[in-house]
Amino acid sequence: MQALAIRVEGVTKRFGALVAVDDIGFTVKTGVTTGLLGGNGAGKTTTLSMLLGLLLPTSGRLFVLGEDVSRARRRVLPRMNLSSPYVDLPRRLTVSENLTVYGHLYGLVDVRGRIGELADELELGSLLARKTGELSSGQRSRVLLAKALLNEPAILLLDEPTASLDPDTADWIRGYLEAYRRRTGATIMLASHNMSEVERLCDEVLMMREGRIVDQGAPEALIRRYGRRNMEEVFLDIARARGPRAAQ
Amino acid sequence: MSRAASSGTVLALRRVGAMVLRHYFLLKGSWPRALELVYWPTMQVVLWGLITQFFLTHSAWLVQASGVLIAAVLLWDVVFRGQISVALSFLEEMWSRNLGNLFVSPLHPVEFVAALFTVSLVRTLIGMLPAAGVAILLFHYSIFSMGLPLIVFFANLIVFGWSTGMACSALILRYGLGAESIAWVAVFAFAPLSGIYYPVATLPAAVQPIAWALPPAYVFEGMRAVLFEGIFRFDLLAAALMLNAVYLCLAVATFLYAFHIARVRGLLLQGGE
Repeated sequence: MQALAIRVEGVTKRFGALVAVDDIGFTVKTGVTTGLLGGNGAGKTTTLSMLLGLLLPTSGRLFVLGEDVSRARRRVLPRMNLSSPYVDLPRRLTVSENLTVYGHLYGLVDVRGRIGELADELELGSLLARKTGELSSGQRSRVLLAKALLNEPAILLLDEPTASLDPDTADWIRGYLEAYRRRTGATIMLASHNMSEVERLCDEVLMMREGRIVDQGAPEALIRRYGRRNMEEVFLDIARARGPRAAQ
Repeated sequence: MSRAASSGTVLALRRVGAMVLRHYFLLKGSWPRALELVYWPTMQVVLWGLITQFFLTHSAWLVQASGVLIAAVLLWDVVFRGQISVALSFLEEMWSRNLGNLFVSPLHPVEFVAALFTVSLVRTLIGMLPAAGVAILLFHYSIFSMGLPLIVFFANLIVFGWSTGMACSALILRYGLGAESIAWVAVFAFAPLSGIYYPVATLPAAVQPIAWALPPAYVFEGMRAVLFEGIFRFDLLAAALMLNAVYLCLAVATFLYAFHIARVRGLLLQGGE
């Protein structure tokens, strides 16, 4: 039986009167890529942040690699990583300097060697000596991805990994992520608004609306169940609160 | 039909007014920014008023130890550099939106604090040593002539700077970059009370107990004891050490609490104003 990489039990997150995440529960199997979908404010980033312990749940429990995140966060963080447009790297440091700092934070044995590997894989060689703040958004996305892959995480969380990228760069990053998962057996969870990306990368999808998980399943199963041609149409049905039956 | 106002001048004035309004809104919604407006003039008047008052009645005082003002300036800079270096290093992470990345790594908040202190020590030494050299070259006064007590004074003052810097960082973490100006001005609130350029006895009787609650007051009294009387006051050192231990623990605890609150409120992924 495939082991569980992530287990979320009855998690709620409130910000004052606002319920950002409302009593959600789900599991993610090891080595699976799971998409977290939903409109703006659906609770995707909040969920990812709670999985990393950046945000504390109001109630409920989150387990990552068998550890309770709120109690043993530091035991799992060395085996996880995040790439998100909501966080950045110091702009006045060069790419190499930034990756070196994070290499040490993750306790890598051979920091220079790992940076060299990632520079080859992500075609960053010509960027290493450049200031991070001088990069284009596509280049910066690759650098952020390199930061997220430094520790070769068993669990990789990606928040809108290809947002604001041109189609060519976005396609290149998707290809890299597919290869990374095949090679390492990593579990990937990604929040995305790009439905073709979800169809290509994800084995499972969790659909969120107003802080709740309103549907879940494999992309092709969801498309069949909603009687639609693609995930874009399924997304619209769910975002506009039309269930499978109403959609047909 | 256009909804815009008629003449170019009127429109220009409205745009100017809109920008003034933008800054009014900023001030209205950010008490640290508003406080800063009145803070500096008030502090300068209080500090230099007290210095004037002291020298009016003690004009022969400086003759006894000519380097006392230079030593005081240099040592006070240790507090300022210690504090601002902690706060600035923290602000750098806020400005670059790097906190989220840092705290999804295995970095523990206590390790983060230790790094801020280390950086502060290095930056303070970088700032202080050339200034001490300039004092030797231009004014023929060497602060190093104080000998071993200088190390004790330096250690106490930088630790107090760290405590202040930690408290500022906690406020910035809690209130965002709107509280950034606190980092620049906080330590000066203690300047008039710390007896840097005059004995604590110069202060009005009502505020002297407040001064004696601050470690720098003991350090500067101790400095004057070394320079004027040639004695090292262990009683002053003990008081400074004890107070510093209390303030440092309180400041670090406040920062760790602010960090916890940031995890509750989702502030680690935010920043900006």
